[in-house]
Amino acid sequence: MVSLRPAPATKRAAAPRLPAGTVYRGHEGMWSWVLHRITGVAIFFFLLVHVLDTALVRVSPQTYNGVIDTYKQPIMGLGELVLVAAIVFHAFNGLRIILIDFWSVGTKHQRAMFWIVIVLWVVLMAGFAPRQLMVIISEVQH
Amino acid sequence: MTLTPLNTSALPGVTDAVMNPAIRHRPADGFTTITLIIRRFDPETDQEPRWVDYDVDTLPTDRILDALHKIKWEQDGSLTFRRSCAHGVCGSDAMRINGRNRLACKTLVKDLDPTKPIYIEAIKGLPLEKDLVVDMEPFFASFRAVQPFLQSHTAPPEGRERLQSAADRARFDDTTKCILCAACTSSCPVFWTDGQYFGPAAIVNAHRFIFDSRDEEAEVRLDILNDKEGVWRCRTTFNCSEACPRGIQITKAISEVKAATIRRPDRIKIAVA
Repeated sequence: MVSLRPAPATKRAAAPRLPAGTVYRGHEGMWSWVLHRITGVAIFFFLLVHVLDTALVRVSPQTYNGVIDTYKQPIMGLGELVLVAAIVFHAFNGLRIILIDFWSVGTKHQRAMFWIVIVLWVVLMAGFAPRQLMVIISEVQH
Repeated sequence: MTLTPLNTSALPGVTDAVMNPAIRHRPADGFTTITLIIRRFDPETDQEPRWVDYDVDTLPTDRILDALHKIKWEQDGSLTFRRSCAHGVCGSDAMRINGRNRLACKTLVKDLDPTKPIYIEAIKGLPLEKDLVVDMEPFFASFRAVQPFLQSHTAPPEGRERLQSAADRARFDDTTKCILCAACTSSCPVFWTDGQYFGPAAIVNAHRFIFDSRDEEAEVRLDILNDKEGVWRCRTTFNCSEACPRGIQITKAISEVKAATIRRPDRIKIAVA
């Protein structure tokens, strides 16, 4: 077909070479589910380790203390910060999911409830994170 | 948006403009050139799907379906997609447009950003057959499995229809709107990874009969859906509600079926006994 239209001034977008599909563009509901799943799996692995380290007290109190002492390293302190962040989100979003299923107008307000979860998360983390960072810094200075 | 100023010295007569499609499609006539990047797949030649880009001159009020037609009719006749009524009723042309499930016949160019390329691909989670066509059979199999038809063991009043109050009819009004386009089911992250899940559309169509006062087999459908691959697989991502071209509150309908499943009178009796 002969086109009378001159070539556009800007370089036109060419097709991507990779055949993979686009990421589905969900809204709050989908991303809250993604975060819920990621934090859930992370918390599961923490609990697994936590059960194992607590079980060491049956081996001997010294072994237990030795392992717990390693948790005072700054890297573990940062890990605790991430763990608390994950648990706080998972807990509040869990309540949101319960309300979606059991509150008669829960599905209608799910988006507002998601932002309430985020606000509560920010408020609680704003209280916890500086305190935890101070503890980590003081451990480093020891 | 690139608009070409009219070249008055070469301004053709009205007849030419009507007869010559190339002139009719000039951007100066209000047409905008948009780029469609389509994920194409020919099972006879391709190992993997590939992205192919097309430039199409469209009006802002054109539908994405019009742009697909222009490609098929004027640029590449091998482009394969489904469409029947082209007016948002038959549910044939659900596809992923810029990462979200929509009907191509209900999506206008002006509703998207025409200055950026528009990505079009088949709906996700169903076997890809060719270009934008998927195998809908797994989707219809779950639809059939929930017994989506009226079942009553009592005869209707002689010579009359089964009457229903306006309030009883309103109870399931939202879920009567389904056109089985699969935009909801193929937007569900659970359905993408779990082929056994009934999916939102099947639950919507079960809801339509579970809450119909004339139907007497709600219990059977609740038993079918009270399964780990039934309503309990729903993770309330709300992708289905947002994808539905008919605006059905799908997650709400699924929640109502969940509630009906656990609040059944017979279940309470069993729990007491």
